[in-house]
Amino acid sequence: MTTHPTTPSQTVGPYLHIGLPWPDGPLAVAEGTPGAIWLRGTVYDGAGAPVTDALIETWQADPDGRFDHPDDPRGARHRPGFRGFGRCPTDAEGSYAVLTLKPGPVPGPTGDQAPHVDVSVFARGMLHRVVTRLYFPEEERANAQDPVLSRIEDPRARATLIARQEEDGYRLDIRLQGEDETVFFDI
Amino acid sequence: MSDTSPGGPHVPGYVRDHDTHPPLSYDGYKSTALRHPRRPLTLLPHMLTEITSPVLGEDRLGAHDHDLTRQHEGEPQGQRIILHGQVRDSDGAPVPHTLVEIWQANAAGRYRHAADTWPAPLDPHFTGVGRVITDAEGRYRFVTVRPGAYPWKNHQNAWRPAHIHFSLFGRAFTQRLVTQMYFPDDPLFFQDPMWLSVPDEQARARMLAHYDHDTTEPEWALAYRWDIVLRGREQTPFESEEEVLEGDE
Repeated sequence: MTTHPTTPSQTVGPYLHIGLPWPDGPLAVAEGTPGAIWLRGTVYDGAGAPVTDALIETWQADPDGRFDHPDDPRGARHRPGFRGFGRCPTDAEGSYAVLTLKPGPVPGPTGDQAPHVDVSVFARGMLHRVVTRLYFPEEERANAQDPVLSRIEDPRARATLIARQEEDGYRLDIRLQGEDETVFFDI
Repeated sequence: MSDTSPGGPHVPGYVRDHDTHPPLSYDGYKSTALRHPRRPLTLLPHMLTEITSPVLGEDRLGAHDHDLTRQHEGEPQGQRIILHGQVRDSDGAPVPHTLVEIWQANAAGRYRHAADTWPAPLDPHFTGVGRVITDAEGRYRFVTVRPGAYPWKNHQNAWRPAHIHFSLFGRAFTQRLVTQMYFPDDPLFFQDPMWLSVPDEQARARMLAHYDHDTTEPEWALAYRWDIVLRGREQTPFESEEEVLEGDE
């Protein structure tokens, strides 16, 4: 039973840039790491306008599907140069970019989850963050069996979580509202 | 909690505390109109990615990140305050060694930000950014100046109550929290949609710091205490995960 009620969320507001961006924020893996990929995208609002004052955060497993965290039942594993966490404010075009390594499949209670990245979006006009996931287009088989992705019945909605391959990585645009609204999760 | 499934590890999830938080769509706060999803959120069971988070250590901190009054040659204008508290989860357990980030306006209510152009003075001795890591008991402590209120354009003659922005990681992706801390007895709450967006009055009160005379430093600084509560662990994670992943539609 919950004994202590939690503290409410509030918006990051328009001035998040004072406090949240880090010089190395977009580097979930050190620059120059072999196999590093860019995850890029643009955040759009319900009118289709780019959201130029958002902050994107990403969190993911390493290429072996492991986490550097004591609550991973397989034990924490540290991979030098890899933070697994990226943080990037959107720019004047509403775009973000995070340098990382492609995660491996992550065990779930009913089998492996497909490689995925958890993505949070914070912005002025959002009283709390929204959370989505990025999946990889070439992982068709794993995606079909993924316990989260496979439960989204509408193929058009499911497609909002699957990134597009680009020359140096992947692109996932995020639509906060509207016809092709991104699937967001209750976490 | 034992790993009995053929599929892989069952991990305890975190409580879902929807009742605490403001809605994403809130008429009083105009900017939410085009920035909230219209479709219902999809339930995400908590698995390994959701119950872990980055390990962020002292290497993220600069020498004066805990003391916003010492980041420049001279001292900032305004009322010096000590701001401290404890980060716990909803089971009451301290959240140790977690990054706490703050940002705020100066004593005149002006942010050091290109987008803040209202006619209040900037302070050359104040940036308004702080960072600390909580100690083994989940405690944090900053020295700063009390921020001023400031006008914004949400509605006619709109003013934000004085507040300090807080960002916390906890130990899990699910525990991530960005919020604002307010000062007691602020006369501006009645017209502030941020404050009012939190539906429950008791929950609003949890955004209030308390004046803490015991922590003041004589002839130096006043003090406020603000404790923060992040989501704790679910009590019956095994069953709920099963239900979400394998239950009937």
